[in-house]
Amino acid sequence: MIDNGIPIDVAVIGAGPSGLAAAIALKQAGVGRVAVLEREPQAGGIPRHCNHPPYGLREFGRILKGPEYAARLVASARNAGVEIHVSITVTSIHGDGLLRLSTPEGVFEITPRRVIYATGVRETPRSARLISGARVQGVVNTGALQSMIYLKHRRPFRRPVIIGTELVAFSALMTCQSAGVRPIAMIEADAIATARWPSAIYPRMRGVELLTNTRLVEIEGDTVVQAVTVANTDGQTRRIECDGVILTGSFTPEVALARCGHLDVDPATGGPVVDQWGRCSDPAYFATGNVLRPVETAGRSWAEGRQTGAWVAQDLAGKLPSHDAKPLRILLGDARIKYAMPQVIYPSKGAGGMSEIQMRVRERVSGTLIARMQGRPVWQRRLNTRPERRIAVPIGEIISQAAADCVEFTIE
Amino acid sequence: MPNPQPKSSRQSKNMLSDDLFDVVVIGAGVVGCAVARRFVLEGAKVAIVEKASDILDGASKANSAILHTGFDAPQGSLELECIRQGFREYEDIRSELGLVQQKSGAFVVAWTPEQMDALAGIEAQAHENGIVDAHFVDAKSLKAAEPNLSANAMGAVNVPQESIIDPWSAPYVYLHQALENGAEVFLSCHITGGDFDGHVWDLWSGNGTLRSRAVINCAGLYGDILDRDVLGQAQFQIIPRKGQFVVFDKAACGLVSSVILPVPTEKTKGVVLFGTVFGNLVVGPTAEDQQSRTDATTDEVSLNALIAEGVDKLPALAQMPVTAVYAGLRPATERKEYRIEAAQDKNWITVGGIRSTGLSAALGIARHVFGLYEKFGAEHQPIAKPVTPQANVLAQTGARDWQRGGHGEIVCHCELVTRREIEAALVGPLAARSLGGLKRQTRAMMGRCQGFYCAAQVAELTDGKFAQAMSERFAHD
Repeated sequence: MIDNGIPIDVAVIGAGPSGLAAAIALKQAGVGRVAVLEREPQAGGIPRHCNHPPYGLREFGRILKGPEYAARLVASARNAGVEIHVSITVTSIHGDGLLRLSTPEGVFEITPRRVIYATGVRETPRSARLISGARVQGVVNTGALQSMIYLKHRRPFRRPVIIGTELVAFSALMTCQSAGVRPIAMIEADAIATARWPSAIYPRMRGVELLTNTRLVEIEGDTVVQAVTVANTDGQTRRIECDGVILTGSFTPEVALARCGHLDVDPATGGPVVDQWGRCSDPAYFATGNVLRPVETAGRSWAEGRQTGAWVAQDLAGKLPSHDAKPLRILLGDARIKYAMPQVIYPSKGAGGMSEIQMRVRERVSGTLIARMQGRPVWQRRLNTRPERRIAVPIGEIISQAAADCVEFTIE
Repeated sequence: MPNPQPKSSRQSKNMLSDDLFDVVVIGAGVVGCAVARRFVLEGAKVAIVEKASDILDGASKANSAILHTGFDAPQGSLELECIRQGFREYEDIRSELGLVQQKSGAFVVAWTPEQMDALAGIEAQAHENGIVDAHFVDAKSLKAAEPNLSANAMGAVNVPQESIIDPWSAPYVYLHQALENGAEVFLSCHITGGDFDGHVWDLWSGNGTLRSRAVINCAGLYGDILDRDVLGQAQFQIIPRKGQFVVFDKAACGLVSSVILPVPTEKTKGVVLFGTVFGNLVVGPTAEDQQSRTDATTDEVSLNALIAEGVDKLPALAQMPVTAVYAGLRPATERKEYRIEAAQDKNWITVGGIRSTGLSAALGIARHVFGLYEKFGAEHQPIAKPVTPQANVLAQTGARDWQRGGHGEIVCHCELVTRREIEAALVGPLAARSLGGLKRQTRAMMGRCQGFYCAAQVAELTDGKFAQAMSERFAHD
C-alpha cells in the first residue's frame, strides 16, 4: 500500500524509462522512500509495447526488444528498493507537492517532499492536426497501434497508409508487419525522410511506397477509412484506397497535469518550464525524460532520469542553488527554432545540472546559431541541420558570459 | 416473399412487437427521447424507433451543449414557448434525474460599433421574452467579468441564466425514464413505409412491422423524407446546415467563465465560445448549408478560421492545444421557425425544423406535442409515481465514477473513464453498439490523446459489442 503511514520522500509520476531511472538513482543516493506512480496496469512505459529492437544498449550493454527492456528496467528498480505502484492515477497536482490520486480502491492524497514528473510524450492525434475529412474509425497513432498489436493481439486494419517519417514511423511499419498488416505508402511532407538513412530506404525494401513532398489532405469513409487524398507540392492530388491511417510522430509532452495544475508550461516544448536541474516553476516539482521536450530515445530518457534522480537527491540535501534567485531566461528570436530546453538557467557554477541546452528546428536550416545578451553576441556556431536533429549548446559557455537576465538565440 | 395475406391477419406478419402502441416515436434524437418520456409519463403506451444502432446519432450527436433561456428567440414564436417551457422543466427535473446544469451565464458581446448599436434591441427582446434579468454591461464591467477577452470587446448584454449542460446524458436519461416506465425501444430499425387504416398505423421496417394508433415524426435530418414516404406528403424540405467546432484543452476552460455569444445575424447565432461541463472550451459552430444529410466532415480551412476567430476574441487561446474537432448537422428547413404540425386525420404529428435549439427546447416541445396529440381524442391516466433513473455523471464538477472505489481501473486517462463505466454502457436496452455511442455515454477516447493511450484497451473491452469492430484478433506466433 502506498498509504502505509511512512512519509514519501520522492514520488515519481510515470514508470517509463526516465521515471524508473530517476527512482533508481534516488535510492542509490540513499533517499528513503521513493514511490513510482504508474496509471497503467504494468510499469515500463512505452517500450512495453514496442516489440522490436533496439533497446538497452546504453543501460544493459545489449540489444533488447522493448518489452524485455521494460521488464529489466522494472526489475532493476525493484532491486534498488524502489516502490512501484501501478493502476494509480494522479488526478491533479498542487502546490508544495500535494498529489491527488485515484486507485481502484478509491481516492486519496499524498504530499511527498519532492515530485518527479516523468509522464513522457504522445503523438499528436488526428484532431489536433486538423486533418480534413470524415471522422471515421481506423485513424490511429503509432502508440495505439502498438498497444493493439503487441499487447492485445488485435489489428485495427489491413492496408493503412503511414503519415510521417520520424523514427517512430519505421517502428509503426515494423509493428504492422509483425501482424500481417501491409501498409500501402509512407507519406512525408518534406523532400526527404526525417529519420536518418538507412531508414529512408527501408520502406522500399519492405515494398512500401515512400511519397515525399506529399501531404495528407483528406480522409474519406463512412464509418471506417475507405481512402485518403494526398497532394504533392505541385498541388497534384492522388486518391489512395486504404482502410486505415497511422499518424506517426509530431510528439507532444503529456503535460495535462502541469497545464491544468499550477506549473508553468512552455508553449515551445509543450513541456513544463524547467531550469538546468529539471526543476519546475514550483521547486517541489522536477521533470525528466520526454515530458521535457519531444522527443528522445528511451536510452537518452533513461540517462536523463539517472541525472535528475541525482539532482533531486542533492536538492533534498539542500545542495541545489536557491530557486528564488534570478535566473537567465532563454529566448527564441527566430521562428525556425522550435524550442530550447531548459528554459531558464541559474548562473551558478559547480552545482551540476544539464550540461547542454537542447534545441531543435522546425525546418531545414543552414546558417549560424548565435546567442546574444543585450544585443551582444556571446556564443555562436555553424548550424546545418534538419527537423528532429539534436542541437546542443553548452550551458557552461553561456553561463560564463552571463551579464544579463536573458539570452536570445537567432539563426543568421 | 411470402404470399400476400389479408391485412387483418397479424399472425402472418413479421411483427417487431405484438403490442398495439398508443404512440410510436420515430427518431431517438434529443427531441424523440424527450417526446417518448413525456408520452410515457402521461400514461401512453409508447415505442421509440431509431434507424441507427445508437440513439443521438443524427443532429443530436453534435451541438453546443447550451441550455438557452430563449432570450433571443423570435417573440411570440412556438420556438420561444418551447425553449421557455423546456428550460423550466429541465430545472424542475434536474435533481431527481441527476442532471447537471451550470448556470454559467452568457454575454452577447459587441465587437464593432454597429453591434454595439444592436445590443439595446437584444436587451429589449430578452425582456419581452420574459428574461427580465438580462442587462447591458459596458466594456469595463465585461472586462471585470471576463478578463481574458480581447480588449476589442465594446460591451455586452449579460444573460445570467444561460446554462451549460451535458448534451448526451440528458437525453439518455429522458429515454431511460421512458423505458423504465414502460416504453419499448427498437434500435437499428428503419421505418421505410406504412399504412393507416383510419384507426391504426402499420409501420414497416426491414425488421418487421409495428402497430400504433398515432405516430410522432422526430426524424430530424430525415423528417421530410419520413413524411413523404410514410405520411405521403411533406410540408417542408430539410436543408442540412453543417456546424464545425474546435474543442480546446481543458486548461483553456478557465479562460472564460460565461458563454460568449456574438451578435446574431439573420441566418445564424454565429460563432460561440463556450465552456463545457466536461471542462473543455469550444469554439464554433460554422454554418454551412449543404445537400448531404450524412456529410459531417471537418475541413482544415474552416477549423483554422474558427481557431483564428477564437484567438481574436480570446488571445490566450493561441497557446492552447486542440483536443478534438467535430461537426454536426442541424436539420434546418427553408424557413427559420419550428415546423411542428399535426395531420389530424392521420393521427400523425411531425416535429420538424428543430434547427439549433433542440437541446434547450426538447422537454417543452414534448409537452407541446402531447397537447396536439390530445386533440386526436386520446385519453390516458398519467403515471402516479414514475420511476426516476439517474443520469450518468460525466460533468467534471459532479461525483464521477473514478472517485468511488471498485471501478476496476481507469481506462481512459484523459477523461478519467473507468472500466465499470464502460462495462455499464455496453449492457442494457441502450447498450452502445458503436464507438460513437460509447463515447457519448462515457466520454472514453474523447480527451486530449484521442485514444493514443486507451484505444487498445477500449478495443478489447468492446470486443463483439459493436456493429463495426474497432479491431480484429489475429493469431500471434
